[in-house]
Amino acid sequence: MRRRDFLKTMGIAAGASTIPFLKFMPAEAAGRDGTLVVVTGNGPNSMDIQRKGTNRPSYQIAVNLYDRLVGYSTKKLENGTLMYDYTSLEPEAAESWTIAPDGKSITFKMRKGATFWDGTPITAQDVKWSFDRAVSLGGFPTVQMKAGSLEKPEQFEAVDDETFVIKLLRPSKLTLPDLGVPVPIIFNSTLAKKNATADDPWATEYLHRTPAGGGAFMLERWDPGQQTVYKRFDGWKNGTLPGVERVIIRQVPSASTRRALLERGDADVSLDLPPKDFAELSASGKFSISGVPIENSMTAIGLNLNFEPFANKLVRQAIAYSVPYDQIFKQAAFERGIPMWGGKSKTPATIEWPQPFPYDTDYDKAKDLLKEAGYANGFDVPLSFNLGLAQWSEPMSLLLQESLGKVGVNVTIDKIPGANWRTAALVEKKLPMHIKNFGGWLNYPDYYSFWVYEKGRLFNSMNYDNPKVQELTNATLHMEVDNPEYAPKIKELIGIFFDDVPLIPVYQPYLDVAMQKDVTGYKYYAHRQLDCRLFTKVTS
Amino acid sequence: MDGNDKLKMILGRLLQAIPSIIGIVIVTFVLTRALPGDPAVYFAGPAADEKSIQEIRVSLGLDKSWPEQFWIYITDLATGNLGVSVSTGLPVAEELTRRLPASLELTFLALLFSLAVALPLGVAAATRPNTWVDQLCRVVVTAGVSLPVFFTGLFMVYLFYYILGVAPPPLGRLDIIFLSPPPITNFYTIDALLDGDFETFGAALAQLILPAITLGIFTLAPLARMTRAAMLQVLSSDFIRTARASGLRRSTVLYVYAFRNALLPILTTLGMVFSFMLGSNVLVEKVFAWPGIGSFAIEALIVSDYAAVQGFVLAMAILYVLLNLTIDIAYTLIDPRVGLDG
Amino acid sequence: MREFLKHLKYILTENPVTLFAGALFVLLVLAALFGPFLVPYDPMQSNSALSLKPPSLDHWFGTDQLGRDVFSRIIVATRLDLAIAVSAVAISFVIGSLLGSLAGFYGGWADRLVGRMTDTIMAFPLFVLAMGIVAAMGNTVENIVYATAIINLPFYARVSRTEVNIRRSADFVLAARLAGNSSLRLLAMHIYPNTLPPLMVQVSLNMGWAILNAAGLSFIGLGVRPPTAEWGIMVAEGAGFIVSGEWWLALFPGAALMLAVFTFNLLGDGLRDLIDPRRRT
Repeated sequence: MRRRDFLKTMGIAAGASTIPFLKFMPAEAAGRDGTLVVVTGNGPNSMDIQRKGTNRPSYQIAVNLYDRLVGYSTKKLENGTLMYDYTSLEPEAAESWTIAPDGKSITFKMRKGATFWDGTPITAQDVKWSFDRAVSLGGFPTVQMKAGSLEKPEQFEAVDDETFVIKLLRPSKLTLPDLGVPVPIIFNSTLAKKNATADDPWATEYLHRTPAGGGAFMLERWDPGQQTVYKRFDGWKNGTLPGVERVIIRQVPSASTRRALLERGDADVSLDLPPKDFAELSASGKFSISGVPIENSMTAIGLNLNFEPFANKLVRQAIAYSVPYDQIFKQAAFERGIPMWGGKSKTPATIEWPQPFPYDTDYDKAKDLLKEAGYANGFDVPLSFNLGLAQWSEPMSLLLQESLGKVGVNVTIDKIPGANWRTAALVEKKLPMHIKNFGGWLNYPDYYSFWVYEKGRLFNSMNYDNPKVQELTNATLHMEVDNPEYAPKIKELIGIFFDDVPLIPVYQPYLDVAMQKDVTGYKYYAHRQLDCRLFTKVTS
Repeated sequence: MDGNDKLKMILGRLLQAIPSIIGIVIVTFVLTRALPGDPAVYFAGPAADEKSIQEIRVSLGLDKSWPEQFWIYITDLATGNLGVSVSTGLPVAEELTRRLPASLELTFLALLFSLAVALPLGVAAATRPNTWVDQLCRVVVTAGVSLPVFFTGLFMVYLFYYILGVAPPPLGRLDIIFLSPPPITNFYTIDALLDGDFETFGAALAQLILPAITLGIFTLAPLARMTRAAMLQVLSSDFIRTARASGLRRSTVLYVYAFRNALLPILTTLGMVFSFMLGSNVLVEKVFAWPGIGSFAIEALIVSDYAAVQGFVLAMAILYVLLNLTIDIAYTLIDPRVGLDG
Repeated sequence: MREFLKHLKYILTENPVTLFAGALFVLLVLAALFGPFLVPYDPMQSNSALSLKPPSLDHWFGTDQLGRDVFSRIIVATRLDLAIAVSAVAISFVIGSLLGSLAGFYGGWADRLVGRMTDTIMAFPLFVLAMGIVAAMGNTVENIVYATAIINLPFYARVSRTEVNIRRSADFVLAARLAGNSSLRLLAMHIYPNTLPPLMVQVSLNMGWAILNAAGLSFIGLGVRPPTAEWGIMVAEGAGFIVSGEWWLALFPGAALMLAVFTFNLLGDGLRDLIDPRRRT
């Protein structure tokens, strides 16, 4: 092998440096000690999470290439998997922070000596510019900032290079955790401003293709549709230096190929496999499979109240009694989740969310309820699912179709392709019966209720409308969890969900990741992206 | 015919293609707009509210009426602007120039494989008509065209990569440890050779083999059949009998005289097969994670990415026209008897 | 007629492959007609105890993820798959050959119009056009049939245009014209029937292709709606199970699909022999 100029070979400049590299990935890459190879189904469509139209896989760029003011600390689950702890934040670009005694502002002290990739120090002005950008661009970043009551540029102030202040509109338990999500990242504002134009003051065109940050990894190359390669930023000061030097994320559309790559040892980490593959790989004992129940999420059946029969609570309960829970859990989910049926009592004992609903498969009860509601002869209903999730949604739908047939409800199955799903399910809200898997980034039942059960919300695809739910959600949304009023209100809220069942939960799904045994350091986040900063590969 | 006539013919052909291209532009525009689902909603992201969806709609120009959108599309096209693909976030023209060589490289190699197998099979069958050789040839090529390409592809990955481990991982154009050669033609094999880098050449070729065979198997049938038919016809013609009677060697007769004369119909079939392959390798690309234009088109269609679908179809149509033109020209070069008007 | 039968007998005995294809064809038709009454299990019935069982004496071709009997599903699917193939080809045959013969007979603007239309369709990447049509109109069996029919249309139009054009001034046509037949009658009674043989060959080749096309659509998720049994969608879904070792899910429907396409293609060859021995390819 001959040494070559890496940048010249690649034809794109990933940074100002011209480090000599091999034509191939470094020699040890063949044994790949310092390189982590990840295979996934979809890749990023932008390097800028705040851009309009940025897809979900792009969030990994924000996670790995940029810093936030704060990060979430880590807790260890019983099975040894690491998990983020949203109740406890740890310093990232901010060294420390204090909440003002009057509770109206938070003051952050920036870490001294931390720089962006190009050597410019990270200052409070950069944070101010970045936060202003997030709340001004509109769309997703603005909505997400708003969830933490971060709404307008006047709230942010760079007192000096090292001091950044957020003025709070209202005290909210969501503000600090919202700073740890992928959105409020810190851009290299000097560099970004240089590439901004009068039409494009926030440099969206530049940042779309070129990341400008100071995170633990730098972008080595991005071949849209094929791969993203990260290289460790050795000057990173905002945390422990990553254990791997390079991360190669390849897009492999076929799930069975992704499994084969892992089994053949060509990939270190394999993502987005069907539950069946995770179950089998886990049983084989040759790989480490990390399955973490996705927080604040459940795989559920949504019943649209605009569809005549489902307007009747009794019918909804009848459907909840005719779901073949156990069969779905075993044959569609391959037990990669936590059952959400068979709850003991109709009133919730805890404020845990999600928790099992008090329903079980009971066709007789279902028939009685249907009769009582005046639908003794059943009715016809289409059941829709998102084509992109067919791996488990399709068997689930087929099983539902069969068992609902037993109580006289005649189901036809509709597969809806990706683009149309959001329109039909979430915007037009016209799907009578559909499979849902919403998950909230901030782990509170009130947050879930806000997005899913409140009238008119995007994810309320059921057209569910209950003033009491509205009232309880609004009362609890910003309330601290240790407030004595919080628990009773949440219990009342969950009790209503139990009884009204516009949404029939089946199970809380796992987020599964399959890894080679020598790979450690996987950490679960609500945003479900890989945090490559913590990974290490042990040489055996 | 002199050079002037040829130029006239080429121009004539190009003019003839214009109505088709206009038809394509209109049909594609209508077809994409008829796709269900609102791209603005899709690309507004997970937690989008009505306001941000509307912002996206405006930024994509979807708030305008169809005729207005069409006018914008046409004027953009006239300036060579194919628009921006929302799903990959890059200009469609850039995507196509990067992905088209990947698809072409694969298609060319597949065609090469197909020719290497189909021509000898066809000749063998034609020289021994109605024998077991002929029948076997017929069954083999028909079997090839009877299997869905994605099935053949997945099966080959399973066998040669997963079980036997002789094929490289199906990871697109190059295995993970290699970097793409300096881009000149964007055909990785050629670029690697130009760079004098045989290791990368080998690696790029190794990645190509399975998908090319998968694609090639599917096109054996038309080529082998046409070869057989054309050879049969030529072999029964007078001049071959004369050649044989005059005592020329059997192989000379077969390859020098007969085969050369059978080339024309084979060439026509080749053109058809090539354009068919370019269109049908969408499925092969998906199986082998091949970053070509086919996989790009599938994704774009599924998420209603208008600009990407329009750009893809237009590029394919232009390719098709150019291909036919090339074949026509090749025709006149091989056989001066071929007339001018089409 | 006698002559024809003699010729048929000659073709079949001369060419064992065609005989074999004929036998397979009869088998397919029988499966399509009587399959649903003969299968050992209900093809829709799931059974959680029997999910993903390999082939055995009880379940010859094994069971799928939901415990449904693969053998029963394959047999039952014959009817739908043949129906898709036959109707798609019938539509493109009827419309295509009509348009083509009119264009070939009248020439002029009719010819140009049809010519441009077929050119336009041909210039599309055909599979992507089919995808687009199905995605736009919804993935039902009818739409898959229409999409397949549209992309096949140009072949019929072209063949029949050429055939009609050649015969327009043939002697027997001139004779009929002199006998006072009207133009349309000439076309319908004298010319059109003579174009059928070359079209028939195209038909049998396209039947196989129509099934493959439907299978391809299933692979990208635009196939028929579940739980309907259809070979293409069974192979497409089964393909995801090859690596995990459940090979029977893709192999058997794949074999059925291949057998059907194979039969049609060989039959097409045989048909060509029957019609014109010299044109055999």
